[in-house]
Amino acid sequence: MKNPTPTKVLEALAIIAITGLTATPLALLAARSLAQSWYWPSLTPQVWSVRAWKYVFSPTADVLPALATSLSVAMVVTLFAVIVALPAARVLAWEEFRAKRAVIFALLLPVLTPPLAATMGVHALFLRYGLTDTLIGVALSHLTLTVPYATLMLTGSFSRLDPDYEAQARTLGAKTIDVWRSVTFPAIAPGLAVAASFAFLISWSQYLTTLLIGGARIVTLPLTLVAFQWGRR
Amino acid sequence: MLLNFTVRRWLMLAPALAVIGVLFAGGLALAAAQSLGYFAPTGENALTLRHYVSLVDDREIYASLWLTLKLATAATMISAVAGSALALGLREVARRSRTINLLLQIPLSVPHLAMAGALITVIAPSGLLARGAYALGFIQQPADFPAFINDRYGAGIVLSYVLKEAPFIALMTLALLARLGDEYEQAARVLGASAWQRFRHVTLPLVAPAVVSSSLMVFAFIFGAFEVPFILGRPFPAMLSVVAQQRYLDVNLAVRPGAIALAVVSALVTAALAWAYMRLTRALIGLERPFVL
Repeated sequence: MKNPTPTKVLEALAIIAITGLTATPLALLAARSLAQSWYWPSLTPQVWSVRAWKYVFSPTADVLPALATSLSVAMVVTLFAVIVALPAARVLAWEEFRAKRAVIFALLLPVLTPPLAATMGVHALFLRYGLTDTLIGVALSHLTLTVPYATLMLTGSFSRLDPDYEAQARTLGAKTIDVWRSVTFPAIAPGLAVAASFAFLISWSQYLTTLLIGGARIVTLPLTLVAFQWGRR
Repeated sequence: MLLNFTVRRWLMLAPALAVIGVLFAGGLALAAAQSLGYFAPTGENALTLRHYVSLVDDREIYASLWLTLKLATAATMISAVAGSALALGLREVARRSRTINLLLQIPLSVPHLAMAGALITVIAPSGLLARGAYALGFIQQPADFPAFINDRYGAGIVLSYVLKEAPFIALMTLALLARLGDEYEQAARVLGASAWQRFRHVTLPLVAPAVVSSSLMVFAFIFGAFEVPFILGRPFPAMLSVVAQQRYLDVNLAVRPGAIALAVVSALVTAALAWAYMRLTRALIGLERPFVL
């Protein structure tokens, strides 16, 4: 026999609260994008229309090129963040050495202090080497912000995998590539997915870094979004 | 050929260290050099402290620094309490199903700009809440609704960050709880510990590393954040990053080193506060290693 206990009720309430708090603003934003007029004090729009969406996908809005830029920058950043973070995470999870704490601290530095000052310095550096206003420059500036998170998350994955499994596979005659494919990769795959999506999202939502390094020449979606808000408000 | 273990280790760390070393530490060093008068866009190249001295005389900076401290502290504290409470409360549910984890990931995947924009539709003077208050007869016109946007207290900014960061702290805490299991609590129960004793002496120290390290990240993030205060904040006093960005992109290039000095100060203040926070948590709960690693 199981009656709803106070904990169960609390759980249900918490779930409703999370959903309500996060879904309400987003649902309302979606509703507003479909409302042509929605005057005070009506709780529902007077006129629904897909006009705004038609405009967004029209060539004059310049949203599609920004979408393409955002996607390509974020995908390149994600790929390189994971490539750079993987070997580092493996070492940090499995090996003990004297400078380990210092290495962890160094790699987390961009997460522990606001990156604005560093971005300004990088801007000066990139000016010198012609990397400002370029896709590569913007991607490099995003990379700094994604590598710490990717390393942190992948280190978590590796620390849950016993390094002996790899050793056992090798003892049984597996080649390096086979060990990776049938032992290491399946074990860290969930963490890898989380790290990659995090890196993607960080790059995807970047505004200030893109503005400073891309100099309003590299226009990603966040830049377009701000331009829209300023234009309408 | 067998590579020496140490060489192999550093080769594997090298790419990550290079990215952070060149693009972050290098950038920071170059920014510091510029704020001290080197490589100025106006052509000057000599040591001077005048960009920092002018910050000391700047009343706008004091207002900005105070506002930034207040809002970052408030948003971090609320997020840490709400996030760890969520994690502890939903621990059982999270163990049984993936739904909670997915739910908590929704706000995490929404960019800050979009979250701030979405929040406007709810808390603006003509937003959903105000319309609801009108329908219920509490207010007569939008002007009667309390200001949550561009307001004196930065309520909209704090709310926006809490909605994003509380789920982040909850997820980090849930991940740690899942890894630890509940053997320690069971053991304490068997040994006769009360619910409060189990919480204070077993659960709290267990989740502390996740809560401390994630709230540290959240604080640093909000302290240096730009998007949300840019959209939901007032032009004066604005948060530090907003002021630094505006001055940096000023048409008058002579202002730029001052903007960089401001960004360097912001980084130093965060670093000092992070150090103090780690010290404090060590003193309060005996936490030696604040990082989940």
